[in-house]
Amino acid sequence: MHKLSTEEIRERVSKVLCREFELAPEEITAEARLGEDLGFDSLDGVDMVVALEKEFGVKMGGNEDLREVRACADIFALVADRLKQ
Amino acid sequence: MDHKRVVITGIGAVSAFGLGADSLLAAVARGNSGVRLMPEWAHIRGLDSRLAAPVPEFDPRAHLPRSRRRTMGRLAIYAAIAAAEATNMAALDEKERGNGRTGIVIGSTTGSPEVYEDFYRGFLPDDSIEDVRSGTFFKIMGHTTAANVGQALGIRGEQWSPSSACTTSSQAMGLALMLIKSGRQDIVLCGGADEVHPTVTMVFDVIGAGARREGKSPAPFDRDRDGVVCGGGSGILVLESLASARRRGVKILAEISGFGHLTDIGHIANPDKNAMIAAMRQGLDESGTDVEEVDFVSAHATGTTAGDIAESRAIAALFGSRVPVASHKGHMGHTLAAAGALETIISLAMMKKNEIFPTLNLENPDPECGAINYAMKQKKTGINIVVKNNFALGGVNTSLVLKKING
Repeated sequence: MHKLSTEEIRERVSKVLCREFELAPEEITAEARLGEDLGFDSLDGVDMVVALEKEFGVKMGGNEDLREVRACADIFALVADRLKQ
Repeated sequence: MDHKRVVITGIGAVSAFGLGADSLLAAVARGNSGVRLMPEWAHIRGLDSRLAAPVPEFDPRAHLPRSRRRTMGRLAIYAAIAAAEATNMAALDEKERGNGRTGIVIGSTTGSPEVYEDFYRGFLPDDSIEDVRSGTFFKIMGHTTAANVGQALGIRGEQWSPSSACTTSSQAMGLALMLIKSGRQDIVLCGGADEVHPTVTMVFDVIGAGARREGKSPAPFDRDRDGVVCGGGSGILVLESLASARRRGVKILAEISGFGHLTDIGHIANPDKNAMIAAMRQGLDESGTDVEEVDFVSAHATGTTAGDIAESRAIAALFGSRVPVASHKGHMGHTLAAAGALETIISLAMMKKNEIFPTLNLENPDPECGAINYAMKQKKTGINIVVKNNFALGGVNTSLVLKKING
């Protein structure tokens, strides 16, 4: 299987977030905080996990890592981590 | 006793004619029909009725932010848009909506049928819920309209969500009347919403009551009527005590002075003429209105064989052939949970204009129906008191009384 580069992961995460949450691509920066900057709440968090799991074919949940997610950079890192496993 | 009298101070509508009460009322006044053939249903085996009066496509993003829409199916979106229109008309500001004295009573026949379909299409093939979004439950729960509208408009008073198919919004108006009369609430947003979906039309089709004649159905009271055409939309009204309306200085559209509401137990699907008569009498009694004072009867008449016969005979028994009678389902189809509210909105327009909007598609009154005064032509006449009937499968009989009032 083709190993995704960091840039490819970022692009695909960005596309998922834009599609699911009606965001503009320029809003998805590494620094953008999910709650404060993008307006996500707990329901959005659930939907983001479902959408990312479908996109990448991996399980995102099941441990403490999700609770540490604050900004888009954390999502990029988490997806990269899950793809490694 | 102004707190015991209940008046209407706002209306909002979404219908086959688009968004807004104005588009609905202009279309009804012109005698237009929102019914169309549904070619997208052609592949459904066993569905013979392929007519409907759906709400035309529009972009809900222009009306509601994503944070609201994510928990709304189509019918809740219709309700939210109609509710916003009604609250604007009634000049209900944020403070009044959120003071706990303003409540909400809005219902639908079920949660969004379209979302149910989507959910089961995903769930059944592999017994999997892995792709289910968090908003799904909020779109299909029984109180999806009331909950979502309450959230969108910041209403903190009582939340109720009656669900009785074709009488949902007439029950909602009746419950709002009771909440205000009892002093529990000063103002209540009430009504109903439903969306066009083949599983809704199926309800009537399987019992042989789904219409098939393109361009002519539904035809309430007509000799050649062939059943129901389902429509989509939402009707929402702002009800408040007369004291509240006067204190706020808002325009009063009419008074709701009585609500008849009785169950018939003879058969779960068949109408009962005597229960219809009793419901109308009960509404008139509460209103303190004599039969002779009524100027117009807004009939439930959906275009079914049995329902139209029972209702017309019930009206004949009570009113004889004097009072003009019309049904407006020929225009916008049977909007089920929205029907009572949308038809009340049409009645208010008739009272304002002193003009009768006749039954569309009624050409030859069925001799089996009662000998009543079928309104078949647009006509100017004084309309001060209206009886608004709605009946539902399951034995529900409702009858509201609307009175013109000097604001």
